[in-house]
Amino acid sequence: MAKLHISTTINGEPEEFLCTPDETMLDVLRNQLDLTGAKEGCGSGDCGACSITLDGTLVCSCLMLAAEAEGKAITTIEGMAEGETLHPLQQKFLEEAALQCGICTPGMLIAAKALLDENPDPTETEVRFWLAGNLCRCTGYDKIIRAVLDTAADMRGAS
Amino acid sequence: MQYLAPTSLDDAIGAYAGAGGAGRILAGGTDLLVQMQAGMVAPGLIVDIKNIAEVTGIEETAEGGFIVGAAVSGAALEKHAGFAAAWPGVLEGLNLIGSTQIQGRASLGGNLCNGSPAADSVPAMVAAGAILTVQGPDGRREIAVEDVPTGPGKTSLKPGEIAVSFAFPPRAVGQGDAYLRMIPRTEMDIAVVGVGVNLTLEGGVCTSARVGLGAVAPTVLLVEDAAKALIGTKLEDSALEAAAAACSAACNPIDDKRGTIAYRTRVAGVLLKRTAAIAAERSLRT
Repeated sequence: MAKLHISTTINGEPEEFLCTPDETMLDVLRNQLDLTGAKEGCGSGDCGACSITLDGTLVCSCLMLAAEAEGKAITTIEGMAEGETLHPLQQKFLEEAALQCGICTPGMLIAAKALLDENPDPTETEVRFWLAGNLCRCTGYDKIIRAVLDTAADMRGAS
Repeated sequence: MQYLAPTSLDDAIGAYAGAGGAGRILAGGTDLLVQMQAGMVAPGLIVDIKNIAEVTGIEETAEGGFIVGAAVSGAALEKHAGFAAAWPGVLEGLNLIGSTQIQGRASLGGNLCNGSPAADSVPAMVAAGAILTVQGPDGRREIAVEDVPTGPGKTSLKPGEIAVSFAFPPRAVGQGDAYLRMIPRTEMDIAVVGVGVNLTLEGGVCTSARVGLGAVAPTVLLVEDAAKALIGTKLEDSALEAAAAACSAACNPIDDKRGTIAYRTRVAGVLLKRTAAIAAERSLRT
């Protein structure tokens, strides 16, 4: 299969890679670019562990061809902290123990950030529905939902 | 496998038609990529249509209708304030497809052309009276949405034809639409029954109605008998009962883990009444 040359932006930095036409964005992130934060859970868009944003929209990187990244801006969990400073969501997930094994955590954080970017004051129901595409089999959801709501409250207070 | 992302519709159609049965259209990819990863399809050519302006744009017509590109994502359509105000029922259907992540990519064109009888946006589009424009090697034609699905996974599109855009009529005064579905869980499942209703109330009397019904037959259905039962009434209980009975009578469902034939048939009528009530309430606001 002839490889395609893709020019894209990942976490704010220009990036180029070669991919076969059938490679997914998730495969390229993990296998070529050493960005292993996004996880492959189901490979069919059900679990959300591979969540990234594409031009600001939350998507599953397992259901996206890497070739589709041409000219687009991608953010992954690796771009969430600023240097050594964690994003408030990351900090709150730690403080409130909103994670156990951590497989789902990158997707949860990316999805939660996308929600708070769009809606700084979500209700608990809105958070639960927004995160319905992110499966967690360890923690259960209550601590995650609480961490997202508490972060939202802190960020509103800080702004 | 080859991947192409042409910027013109003519180029896309040429490449797609040239690939014969080995070609697949990529819009949001939320069905195609799953099928590829499961080994159900192995396309020789993928034509990504998202760089074509006509299939990714949203346009309001001079008359107040909307032309929505077949590859517009649910997330993008939801942000269009004019469309959201005019066709809340269509957005309700689109926004029930999968998760937030899926709605970031899933499109009306993909939901229709995947041919699932349980496709959530399709009953709402049928109720809306949406018309699909397709283009292929022999030119353009228009198809009413209800005439597109012909069976599970099958459509009336001819070889080489690509879904281009949907035309939604202008929202009339006194008209409202809604979509409801039944699933066994709170979220993230496919419809056991889905009902779309679009109706007009003038002085309390229903003067027009369209009813789309999903997940209870090999294709999504336009239920004309249910519409007839509503038109000319004030949506009193007897009229809603008659429309519900028409929906149940139209059912030809499967029995599966999500619902029995008897359950699906009964719920179709129940949902018709609830959906019509929401559409009627919305009609008072237009």
